[in-house]
Amino acid sequence: MRHKTDCQLSIIEVEQLTKKFGRFTAVDRITFMVGKGEIFGFLGANGAGKTTAMRMLCGLIEPTSGKGFVAGYDIEKQPEMVKKNIGYMSQKFSLYEDLKVWENIRLFAGIYGVNEKLIARKTGETLERIGLTNERNVLVRDLPLGWKQKLAFSVAIFHEPKIVFLDEPTGGVDPITRRRFWEMIYESANRGTTIFVTTHYMDEAEYCNRVSIMVDGRIEALDTPRRLKERFRAGNMDEVFRQLARKT
Amino acid sequence: MIPHAKMLNSQCSILTAFVQKEFYHIFRDIRTVLVIIGIPVFQILIIGFAISTNVKDVKVAVFDPSNDEATNRIINRLNASEYFNVALRLNTISDAEREFKKGKTGLIVIFGENFGENLYHTGDAAVQLLVDASDPNHGQTVASYATGVISDYQRELLRETDIPVRINSEVRMLYNPEMRSAYNFVPGLMGLVFMLICAMMTSVAIVREKETGTMEVLLASPVKPVYIVISKLVPYFIISWFIFILILLLSVFVLDVPVTGSLLWLNVFTLLFIVVGLSLGLLISTIVKTQVAAILASGMGLIMPVMILSGYVFPIESMPPVLQWISGLVPARWFNEGAKKLIIEGAPVRSVLKEMSILLGMAVLILTVSLRNIKARLE
Repeated sequence: MRHKTDCQLSIIEVEQLTKKFGRFTAVDRITFMVGKGEIFGFLGANGAGKTTAMRMLCGLIEPTSGKGFVAGYDIEKQPEMVKKNIGYMSQKFSLYEDLKVWENIRLFAGIYGVNEKLIARKTGETLERIGLTNERNVLVRDLPLGWKQKLAFSVAIFHEPKIVFLDEPTGGVDPITRRRFWEMIYESANRGTTIFVTTHYMDEAEYCNRVSIMVDGRIEALDTPRRLKERFRAGNMDEVFRQLARKT
Repeated sequence: MIPHAKMLNSQCSILTAFVQKEFYHIFRDIRTVLVIIGIPVFQILIIGFAISTNVKDVKVAVFDPSNDEATNRIINRLNASEYFNVALRLNTISDAEREFKKGKTGLIVIFGENFGENLYHTGDAAVQLLVDASDPNHGQTVASYATGVISDYQRELLRETDIPVRINSEVRMLYNPEMRSAYNFVPGLMGLVFMLICAMMTSVAIVREKETGTMEVLLASPVKPVYIVISKLVPYFIISWFIFILILLLSVFVLDVPVTGSLLWLNVFTLLFIVVGLSLGLLISTIVKTQVAAILASGMGLIMPVMILSGYVFPIESMPPVLQWISGLVPARWFNEGAKKLIIEGAPVRSVLKEMSILLGMAVLILTVSLRNIKARLE
């Protein structure tokens, strides 16, 4: 497994980014950067503010204060440009259940402006890569969950975005399927796509190049899994996480 | 300007792809198809069965205080015709009402006193025909057949004698003096169906995407929210129009509703109402978060008022003033009134200008509010 810690080129830069909902501060002045081609793990307990932070980076909601740049575009002023350059796979399962496999691919590729010819060519390649060639005409609702997730990921990176945001992509599937899913993530990172992923599974945190751990809206730790384990004298990421969460 | 044109072109193709996807959603769900096509067809057919123009062996009750040659001849003639069957002789006139209430008698013939004597001596006698008009088409036919039989007898008398005799037959329609016919249900039914398809189905379709999480993915994509919304509305607009034409065809060919007004203006008027329905659906979808809530909101907030306050079931004129005022807020009431004028009365378009401008105002208002809501919520 490759570990890229020295990233000259940053693709996400966030400074003092804050989101308040009324009196509640969901995200509290977070500052970090993500390098190009990095697999960046975004960890935190439920309600720690991961999803809110991610939604700001995707241009889905506006920050209350602070700055953020994704793929070189200001998330507050140019959300449209941000959206064009990212892929997004949401927490909830996010393909159309009553559309066929190829119809989902064509629809989402079309949304990102991929032209018809390219869609036709790449659809075959993609289906072959994830082993769904025979399921081309099957309705998504008839696929097992693990396959749906693979398909959703392929759809999210179909238009070759610079960054793909994955919001708890492996929720509810077995360890083997999760492992396969991470193989896909690595493949796509090797092709140069930056991966920004939130997860609950601490074993998955080990697969990331760097991880940040959010507690109560703030980033409490950010480093490679190895260095985090050293710093907290922990045997695995699970212990690191527990120590940080206990502090509050 | 080429890049611009190219961009416009790609936006168009996205819109087409979205609309196509929406049609897949609709036609791949058998329940949706049943609601959209089944309900209007089924309702029209029910109305069709409720209308019977077929008059045969109608039970007749007679009150005959004179009991002379003339009245007997008329009664025999009625009895001889295939339409009537004189089943009962009443002893007092107050029995008439009771006979009707039993529901079997369709016509009551009441002769005046000294009918024959009056007829031969003064040349002027009176007979009253009471018709059960709860089904107005049926009642009308019964009345005209009965007066036909009586005037046949009158003509015969004129040939036999030289006296100019005249029988005054006075027809009274009971139980439905305004002669509200089943035709009147057609515009009301349309109002109901369009609220169902446009408002309920559209709001559910939009909210479903929020619930399944696909809305979030769409919003994270470069597609403008307004395109997402338009692509949701277009299919239901097209389907509603199709349903309108279907109802109209069924009305003409199954119910024999005489559609006499201008078809062009009828279409314009209906499409205006469809737009009101779509904007209501959009409005609901911006307020609620779950499909169940969308169904409840449109069911309670839209469908119920259409049933009760649009004049579909209960005539507005007979409501208390407060309810009449409230019914003014129900778009279907104005559609109902306008469509009745255009379809059944065949009135010219200027007679529905009031209804048209009210609907137009409602469409603009609701659309503005819901589009503003979308901006606040989705972006």
